[in-house]
Amino acid sequence: MSASLDNPSTPDEIVVDVQRRRFLTTATTVVGAAGAAALGVQFLGSMSPSARALAAGAPVEADISVIESGAQLTVEWRGKPVWIVNRTDEMLSTLGENDGLLKDPNCENDVQPAYARNEYRSIEAHKNYIVLVGICTHLGCSPAYVPDMSAGINPALKSGWECACHGSAFDIAGRVSSTSPAATNLIVPPYQYLNDTTVLIGDDGASA
Amino acid sequence: MSLMTWIDDRFPLTKMWEEHVSKYYAPKNFNFWYFFGSLALLILVMQIVTGIFLTMHYKPDADLAFASVEYIMRDVPGGWLIRYMHSTGASAFFVVIYLHMFRALIYGSYKGPRELLWIFGMMIYLALMAEGFMGYLLPWGQMSFWGAQVIINLFGAIPFIGEDLSIWIRGDYVVSDATLNRFFALHVIALPFVIAGLVVAHILALHEVGSNNPDGVDIKKNKGADGLPLDGIPFHPYYTVKDLVGVCVFFLFFFGVIFFAPEMGGYFLEHANFVPADPLKTPEHIAPVWYFTPFYTVLRAINNPFGGVLAMFGAIGVLFFLPWIDRNPIKSWRYRSALHKLNIMVFAVVFIILGYLGIKPVSTLYSEIGQRLTLMYFIFFVVLWFYSSPRSQKTAMTTFIISVIVMLVIEFTGFGGLTETRKYALVGMLIPIAFLAFMLFAGNMFPRMGAEKVVPERVTH
Repeated sequence: MSASLDNPSTPDEIVVDVQRRRFLTTATTVVGAAGAAALGVQFLGSMSPSARALAAGAPVEADISVIESGAQLTVEWRGKPVWIVNRTDEMLSTLGENDGLLKDPNCENDVQPAYARNEYRSIEAHKNYIVLVGICTHLGCSPAYVPDMSAGINPALKSGWECACHGSAFDIAGRVSSTSPAATNLIVPPYQYLNDTTVLIGDDGASA
Repeated sequence: MSLMTWIDDRFPLTKMWEEHVSKYYAPKNFNFWYFFGSLALLILVMQIVTGIFLTMHYKPDADLAFASVEYIMRDVPGGWLIRYMHSTGASAFFVVIYLHMFRALIYGSYKGPRELLWIFGMMIYLALMAEGFMGYLLPWGQMSFWGAQVIINLFGAIPFIGEDLSIWIRGDYVVSDATLNRFFALHVIALPFVIAGLVVAHILALHEVGSNNPDGVDIKKNKGADGLPLDGIPFHPYYTVKDLVGVCVFFLFFFGVIFFAPEMGGYFLEHANFVPADPLKTPEHIAPVWYFTPFYTVLRAINNPFGGVLAMFGAIGVLFFLPWIDRNPIKSWRYRSALHKLNIMVFAVVFIILGYLGIKPVSTLYSEIGQRLTLMYFIFFVVLWFYSSPRSQKTAMTTFIISVIVMLVIEFTGFGGLTETRKYALVGMLIPIAFLAFMLFAGNMFPRMGAEKVVPERVTH
């Protein structure tokens, strides 16, 4: 074979087995691609949250007795801010007036546990206290608590949260205004009351 | 045997030098706008060199990153200069790239046979935006953190896969140490390789087809007896010398900024970034760095997360198709219609105002201006397509009606319709519609507006 390759003047001596070449090309390509794909899964998978990141989601406790009426407390849960606001009775009594200004007044989107799917978006027994993940559902900024929104871009909502990043506004039940770029209401995390003054965020006793 | 011969027998050094420098014939009529390609290359080299020296002291760790940058600024000898060269270099890169792209726009340098050259250039632009974005996270200041939070959540707006995708990008449920560490890897290893490779492809494509020029004349059509283009001059020494002058002037401005205004009043390095990242508190006003803001305004214009993301990526993506949208064989705007010049100037002004709006906080008036100008941005491409080739009055009418319907649909779905908070909606709507109507019908109504000039055989001066 090498003799014929060294002597190009007699090309007819080179017999090319096209079928065999095609088989070898196809076989090596397919096996190689499968190997590359298997390797790729490992490499891309290495960018997913690690075991350590997954483990860092423990529930946190908060003492709500320190929150004055109308004030907000921020605690950190899973690296995110969680707000607890002790809403005044006046704030609650005017919630119904906002319904016409909202995208989802009746909380049909599944962004709260079943026990917070009511007009106050909170556990009935402590309905003045609302617990929300303090991350805008638009692109993840943390909106500012504005107890008096009369000077803002959504005065009709009276009180709630305004996101400085892209102008989303939420009422005092964390429901998104219809003019906001955010599509859904603020998320209510799973939570439960351990006693009258202690709330546990991240664990409602139902699901892990 | 000389050293050069010895090398040339083993490596095509002289051949490459001649092909790309000393015997690369470029049109003799390059003007001011042709400084920016070589300047972009200069800045790329500068960013790589300053970047290497920064990595000798920087720590890609959420607990250490912010302090290590301050350490570079205060304790490392000359560290402040290297860091400011790198941070100012990022902004200078985009200044130069935007001017370079504007040059391509006015002289039609994206047209055949330079379509691939344009596409490689657009890919460099995209890679640079990714590079700039990831680099901005590294100082781990408030703007780093919340900017990354917003941009990564853009991917979260994609239906079905978005949530998992954004978690995968972050490597965590929130922007965290894992995110910082991988952005560091991508910023200093992966993307610089991608950019360098694309720049090589960009230059190879340029030297294959030859440079365009302010007249849009193909210099290869007029060759002398020696086979060399009559209107061409060798890149070296003519343009190397010209570019060196450009480099000097550029450095006067560049080091002027570094020595006297390295933060550029909060535009090159934002004030909030001198506060360490705090995952619980968004700064009162957050905005991306200035070079992203035109597209950021487009994102904010749409009243729905996924719609906004589509519009934003659409605004960048449509630029890739420029060579096929503009059908006119005349390249340079010097010989094109008054309408074309007007369209390009309006586009440039719209782009600058969109950028300005993107650094401003949200307000009712600004958000509505942003929405109108977002429409104006896209109208540029519609009318460019329309007048770039002869079209009938009927096509004008059809284009107008379809565009207005699309605009009205966007008005009522994407922008939120005629609610009481959108006070200027009715008047504001008229601006893009009037502009569209003028651009579509003026060519036929006032033939002088649509008249094109004859392209000369040879370059003019």
